[in-house]
Amino acid sequence: MDPKTAGALVFWGLAVFTVVPAFALLVVRDVIRCSMLLLATLSGMAGLFVVLGADFLGFVQVLVYIGGILILLMYGVMLTERDPVLLERRTDRALVAPALIAAIFLALPSFYVALELAGPRTSGPDGKLTWPTQTQLPEPVTSSRGIGELLMTDYVLPFEVVSLLLLAALIGAAYVARMGGDER
Amino acid sequence: MLILAAQNLAAPLLASDGISDWLRTNSGLGHHVLLDPVWILAAAVLPVLTWITLHGFFAIWLERKVSAHMQCRLGPMDVGGWHGWAQTIADGVKLLAKEDIIPRAADVVLFVIAPILVFASTFGLFLVLPFGPPIGDMKLQAHDLPLGVFYLAAISSLEAIGVILAGWASNNKWSLFGAMRAATQVVSYEIPLGIALITAVVAAGSFSLHDITIAQAGWFWNWYVFRSPFLAIAFLVLFVCNLAEAKRAPFDLPEAESELVSGFHTEYSGMRFSIFFLAEYSAMYAIGIVSAVLFLGGWYTGIPLLDNAPAAVAIPIGIAAMMGKGVAVVFVQMWLRWTLPRVRLDHIMYLCLKVLVPFAMVALLGTALWEMAVGDRSCYFAIPFAGATALVTLIALARLLALTVGGRRYQYA
Repeated sequence: MDPKTAGALVFWGLAVFTVVPAFALLVVRDVIRCSMLLLATLSGMAGLFVVLGADFLGFVQVLVYIGGILILLMYGVMLTERDPVLLERRTDRALVAPALIAAIFLALPSFYVALELAGPRTSGPDGKLTWPTQTQLPEPVTSSRGIGELLMTDYVLPFEVVSLLLLAALIGAAYVARMGGDER
Repeated sequence: MLILAAQNLAAPLLASDGISDWLRTNSGLGHHVLLDPVWILAAAVLPVLTWITLHGFFAIWLERKVSAHMQCRLGPMDVGGWHGWAQTIADGVKLLAKEDIIPRAADVVLFVIAPILVFASTFGLFLVLPFGPPIGDMKLQAHDLPLGVFYLAAISSLEAIGVILAGWASNNKWSLFGAMRAATQVVSYEIPLGIALITAVVAAGSFSLHDITIAQAGWFWNWYVFRSPFLAIAFLVLFVCNLAEAKRAPFDLPEAESELVSGFHTEYSGMRFSIFFLAEYSAMYAIGIVSAVLFLGGWYTGIPLLDNAPAAVAIPIGIAAMMGKGVAVVFVQMWLRWTLPRVRLDHIMYLCLKVLVPFAMVALLGTALWEMAVGDRSCYFAIPFAGATALVTLIALARLLALTVGGRRYQYA
């Protein structure tokens, strides 16, 4: 099996592992099972990041999204009261509008992917149209050093702005949690 | 382009050598990308799984013996003859033979998945942990990821989800309480844990566990725990946070035996429970190895005479040193369990947010400044500090020896 086929197999495996749970969690009724399907989707995305050579981002995805956001999401689900009325499956007619919107949102990246796959075609030496030879990607290096250097040099302003935003979010969360509901 | 990138899948994953790379090059089957996961699995799964099981046997027996002797009793003495060494095997057989009970109202799918998630995340830690010095050019770890330390932090965060699932899927409000407490504790302590991990990374300049270890070569005052006061603080923070992450006493509120029966794993019996159990003990060992690698010099004994000996001597000594340090930290964890009372949940949160986070941040800032200002001249601090620590340790050991040999003196008899 040549590397190209193997690589494609790995990619498609990860892609299926990412997309199928994402669709499934629209249909499954139990919300905790939906969180587990979301876990599968997020890990699939982390895997795709690693495959693209962004291993740092992949691990950040696991650490932050799965280890932080998903857990808090499950907290919110488990600790809030669940109205049984909301859990009843809606009629199929109510799914038409969301499906339409989803189709529109899917159309744009699909179009881009189709363009990418088609690619520019060049003429070979014998006049026949051929696909261009695929160039090798540069050797992937550990991205943490590059990210660190970029954050401290080219992107230091966004870095500082984001930290200010995080500070504001922390203070806001502390304030909201403190006041509760009595003194609104 | 994604497919093109996927062709380079092998490159970032197997860029550094480890047992998996050695298998890949020496198998004679060539460098097929799709075979690479086979090598990683063979290098990671088989030896590590074997080692985890063996260590689990040993650690559970050790725990029972340590707890027994600290409580003035003997512990297992019958099974297997000498001090009941086969007790754990007998317990394992018992757990295997138990009926697999799943509560009728429990969510079966999640009930089954939860212990798998917990064990998988703990097992995944062992992918990057070294077991000894490199043999030739093969590193004695399953796979030396360039982002090893970061990978450790990421994988251990998956455990909390397994715990929440276990509590939820049991359909038992006490299990849910235990699970919520566990998740709170684990998620909160990940913050100072990450910061403490980063201090060692700052000192070494690399995320790779192999690089961090070889930066501590030489005499034992090169170990990071002695290198600067900030790194010593970071080591303490790391140790406490690891205790809390493993839900190990005194942070074992999630499995508080006197309050919640068994916390989040109340409804689990037989083999499912033993998966949680094994995960906890493997996590203890992983904590030992991580502490040893990051702060205690890894496989270096700290005596250059032994470290620079010919390979046939140095490698077994290195492996023994590594294992010894791991088991020593495991022993300290057991020691703490049977010495300290359990900490209440609000005290746990106070400790994390008001004590460990500020200390960890001070340690990180201090380490960064120390590396810039002092850097290689750290030996001027490290040698006195290491000497003082060694002296105190020797005095304590001498007193212990005197007590053991000379018998106890009851002062209030």
